Amino acid sequence: MHEFHFMACVEIKELLGKKADDEQELMELIEEVPTDSIYYHTHSCFLRHPYISGQYPNDFADWAAIQVRDRVLGEKLAVITPSGDKTIEHIRTELIEIIDSHLSSIKMVPAVMYGHPFYFMQSKIIEIPTGVVVDSLKEFTYALETIDASSIYNHVFEARMRDRLGRSDFSIWFDEVLGKKDLAERFESVDSYLYSLEGLRSKLLQFCQHELKK
Amino acid sequence: MNSKIVKVDSYREVAPPGAINVLHHLSEPLQGKSLLHINSTRFGGGVAEMLQRLVPMFKDMGINTNWEVMEGTPLFYQTTKSFHNALQGQPQIVSDEMYNEYIKVNRENARNIAFDADLTIIHDPQPAAFVYRKPRKAKWLWRCHIDISRPQRKVWNFLKEYISKYDGTIFSLPDFAQKLAIPQFLIYPSIDPLSEKNRELTQKEIDEITMRYKIPQDKPVILQVSRFDRFKDPSGVIEAYKIVKKYNNCCLVLAGGGATDDPEGLQVLHQVREAASHDNDIIILDLPPDANIEINALQRTATVVLQKSTKEGFGLTVAEAMWKGKPVIGGAVGGITVQIIYGQTGFTVNSIEGCAFRIRYLLNNPEILAEMGNNAREYTRCNFLITRHLSDYLALMNAILNK
Repeated sequence: MHEFHFMACVEIKELLGKKADDEQELMELIEEVPTDSIYYHTHSCFLRHPYISGQYPNDFADWAAIQVRDRVLGEKLAVITPSGDKTIEHIRTELIEIIDSHLSSIKMVPAVMYGHPFYFMQSKIIEIPTGVVVDSLKEFTYALETIDASSIYNHVFEARMRDRLGRSDFSIWFDEVLGKKDLAERFESVDSYLYSLEGLRSKLLQFCQHELKK
Repeated sequence: MNSKIVKVDSYREVAPPGAINVLHHLSEPLQGKSLLHINSTRFGGGVAEMLQRLVPMFKDMGINTNWEVMEGTPLFYQTTKSFHNALQGQPQIVSDEMYNEYIKVNRENARNIAFDADLTIIHDPQPAAFVYRKPRKAKWLWRCHIDISRPQRKVWNFLKEYISKYDGTIFSLPDFAQKLAIPQFLIYPSIDPLSEKNRELTQKEIDEITMRYKIPQDKPVILQVSRFDRFKDPSGVIEAYKIVKKYNNCCLVLAGGGATDDPEGLQVLHQVREAASHDNDIIILDLPPDANIEINALQRTATVVLQKSTKEGFGLTVAEAMWKGKPVIGGAVGGITVQIIYGQTGFTVNSIEGCAFRIRYLLNNPEILAEMGNNAREYTRCNFLITRHLSDYLALMNAILNK
């Protein structure tokens, strides 16, 4: 198949009814919540903030730094970046190790004083066809400009979890269908976890427009 | 009910790129499915206002949608008002007679409704006991619009008996989640960008309203729109303004309503007028409930908008102001915390001094103010418009009905 089918996605957000008031509770709950909850707090936060990238790239780091006002743990947790070769269980283990090591280095367990508890949620992502199908870089560029931001999330963030090598659907299509290896590599070189979806859209559009001018 | 015709496609200009196409594709697997909403009032209040807009949109999406409204007795409404207060954490005494009336009115109403829809959504506690009529194959959701983060246990335990028979619940904030064995979904409320309160206004319309209310044009305007209620902290707003006024020439507009039928509201309004009496740059507006276009114009005229609540449900006035490109300074409570991204769409604050400092910061940094206002509008476009609300419902329907 040579065409690229843009698929959007929507997220159903589910409350687990579990909350942490301090970092020890946070760690214990991270150990027990379903995988979909770790996914919600580390991945789909990008889907929820398509226009603005937050100060911290996942909900755990954000909570520790902003609500508990423990910037040390916030910074340590911010380092956790999902990538294609990491499963959600790897991420869960990393989170626990970081919090555990942090707690053993201090005398008191930092807790929420003025901020809000951490509320655990979980995600269910539904893929939706957009009906937008392209078969050239020119058409792709036009579609990328106008497509729903959730399509970018689906083809970049979700795709990296699906692909064994952790590549985005866009890069795979450029490389394997259009034969544009350079463009694929440029797409892959972008650290998408540091952008909002709209920021990422602008960045990817720049690459496509540059390629079209060649 | 004969609903107004609302075409989802008319939101193309205001929704995020591609969002309306996603709505159409989301609704495809739901063609021919039926949906029934039930609540306790057709007019007045946020739930009725929301259903008036959403029900025609569901219909436009090809979903056979009905909206039924239950009827009660004075004792029933007294009971559900007590439930409402108790669920929001205020101590209430609910007698056995009141519980019995609640059950009786629910049973009488439920007898007159055909529960043949694929999905029934029951809004708030008033009709929650209808669930005894739930057909075996139908799916039912309980949509709770109120803050039940710290409910009075006795009332919650009574309602929980009914709620646990549903297929799921929907809450507006994560804080409201309860210990329940059924799924609990999160759907934020929304604003309608095409309504009178939020549509684009011409400069002529804005000028006419600001002249009518004598809003100064030669100095920055700080605005808070909210009921005269002590939890909205209007006195704290005046204190913050007084701190700012030492450094920046500005005026404060406190626009609200709800004082006429609420003795406590009248008392707060009196206190606010007293506190403002020696300063001509403080304008207090006691507006009628239908002053939507007036609020729209005031929000568009404001330089900085405040929502300095000390307790809040969701606080959609924040999204309303952000939609008009205004950064908002709000109390770090309730739904304000999910609407304001600190330093990007506004600031959440915890004190009068913090509020004053952030007002001064924005007044003295017009470039940052403009950038944050722009962020605020785009963040609202993606997260708090009615199109996102519809999308959340359609996604949930897909998950529940097409399992």
